Amino acid sequence: MIRRPRSGKNNADRRHADGRELTAIERVRLAREAARPQTLDYVERLIDEFFEIHGDRRFADDDAIVAGIGRFDGRPVALVGHQRGHTTAERIKRNFGRPNPEGYRKAARVYELAERFVLPLLTFIDTQGAEPGVGAEERGQAEAIARNLELMARLKTPVVACVIGEGGSGGALALSVGNVILMQENACFSVITPEGCAAILWREASPDKVAAAAQALKLSAPDLLRLGVIEEIVEEPPGGAHRDPNQAARMLGEAIGRHLRRLSRCAPQVLRRQRERKFAKIGDKFVAPVSVEKTRLLE
Amino acid sequence: MAGGVERAGGPAAELWVKCSGCATVAFRKQVERNLNVCLKCGLHFPLTVEQRLVIVADRGSWRQLDADLAGVDPLGFVDWKPYTQRLAQARAAAGRYDAVATGVCEIEHRRVAIGIMDFQFMGGSMGVVVGEKLARLFAYAGRSRLPAVIFCASGGARMQEGILSLMQMAKVVSALARYRELHLPYLSILCHPTTGGVAASFAMLGDLNLAEPGAIIGFAGRRVIQQTTPQALPADFQRAESLLAHGMVDAIVTRRKLRPALATLLALLGHCDKGRARHRPQS
Ligand SMILES: [Zn+2]
Repeated sequence: MIRRPRSGKNNADRRHADGRELTAIERVRLAREAARPQTLDYVERLIDEFFEIHGDRRFADDDAIVAGIGRFDGRPVALVGHQRGHTTAERIKRNFGRPNPEGYRKAARVYELAERFVLPLLTFIDTQGAEPGVGAEERGQAEAIARNLELMARLKTPVVACVIGEGGSGGALALSVGNVILMQENACFSVITPEGCAAILWREASPDKVAAAAQALKLSAPDLLRLGVIEEIVEEPPGGAHRDPNQAARMLGEAIGRHLRRLSRCAPQVLRRQRERKFAKIGDKFVAPVSVEKTRLLE
Repeated sequence: MAGGVERAGGPAAELWVKCSGCATVAFRKQVERNLNVCLKCGLHFPLTVEQRLVIVADRGSWRQLDADLAGVDPLGFVDWKPYTQRLAQARAAAGRYDAVATGVCEIEHRRVAIGIMDFQFMGGSMGVVVGEKLARLFAYAGRSRLPAVIFCASGGARMQEGILSLMQMAKVVSALARYRELHLPYLSILCHPTTGGVAASFAMLGDLNLAEPGAIIGFAGRRVIQQTTPQALPADFQRAESLLAHGMVDAIVTRRKLRPALATLLALLGHCDKGRARHRPQS
């Protein structure tokens, strides 16, 4: 039921001027580009009458997550996204886009609003990961993320998740349980940052180890499309989304609108079932029973 | 480490064990009879899947499901050595194909669907096989109208399977979300350690979360967190006792009390089987 991107439209294996394909670490750098449009840049260009909600009603507001309701293409939607910040001051205010549990619990409020008021949900994923702090742990970072996964899995409304920058770890996944996951061509999505991976595997985060880790993790949009994790790669303006945010927003908005229109024709239970099947299928082609005989030998 | 156990040196090493918590040396047999808990300080040593089954399951009641499910190397991942080689070594050492055993057993004559993670198998990490087996376990439990119990022990997602391992969190939780509608209990037992992507998915989502004494439970690794603060982390940071104080687990249960505790809780939560009348299990 998912339409594959039309061939030729996505030239996602984007090359340098000299014809060389971008390496994985070059894509990571593009995804992290300070000027790259973030959630609020897309909200400004794609959402009318945006009303931002604040707070998790338990402890605090978390500026690393932007959440609210508004109109997309004239119809009411709910929206959640990470916000990293463009300037140093904004980055500090927003904790570099690394949410605390309060951010995920604010997101949970919007997931519940989406369900109660039958609003399609748009999410924008752009974080290196959840905040790894003492307070975050004590206030239940793991539980907050886990609860988001369950809430998203249950939604009976269309969910379009868009990876617009760097998607890192469970902190990104908490916004990613969509009927479809769209990914901008220079975005990346990984279980761990290349730096974290290099530090664990090689005990050093030297530039060439980090580059090797980025390559090994298969974190680019074409990789994720091949692995069956995402449904579509969304083209960016030449040189990357930061070169022309208006054009980037138009391209992303077109893809979101197309998927929303298609998903909105599905019955509520079908939406939930389809999302469940999408995630049930991820990775299953790499799992198979070995022969019964061999199992006996092992036991 | 909560639950480190060292072999005492010398020719009689197999006979003796030394507790990493209090340095007490004791007869291995005696420690094993004490469910691998230090006789002096109560430290819970790590357990194999088989040892956990001995502690909670009625003798002879265990039937394994999907024992022959195995995975391949989806990304062609190579670090010091190829992932395929790591997998082969882990399989040979553990005698199983991946880091979880799933099946059915009885706990004081009550049938349950049970999953037991194997920390010795690549740190209990969750890749596509662990995700698939746990998702199937919840589906099986739902079809068979059984309560579900999972013993969590994992460092998190399996890095060598990249984004696919991350997505297993959503896959297992989706299956759990469906199971939840049947009004059957899911008990999560947090063993040492339960961190990363396993903590941030099904581990923290039990109807009740129980923890083993001293278990490290949390999202981020201690080393990473220490980098964010100039203060030394408290000694009990991310320990089960600290999580209890912060409201993240319902109880800390020692091994000796675990089987009766599970039996009591399953009876309390499973008494009316409310879901049977209201919801049919969905195939
Ligand atoms: Zn001891």
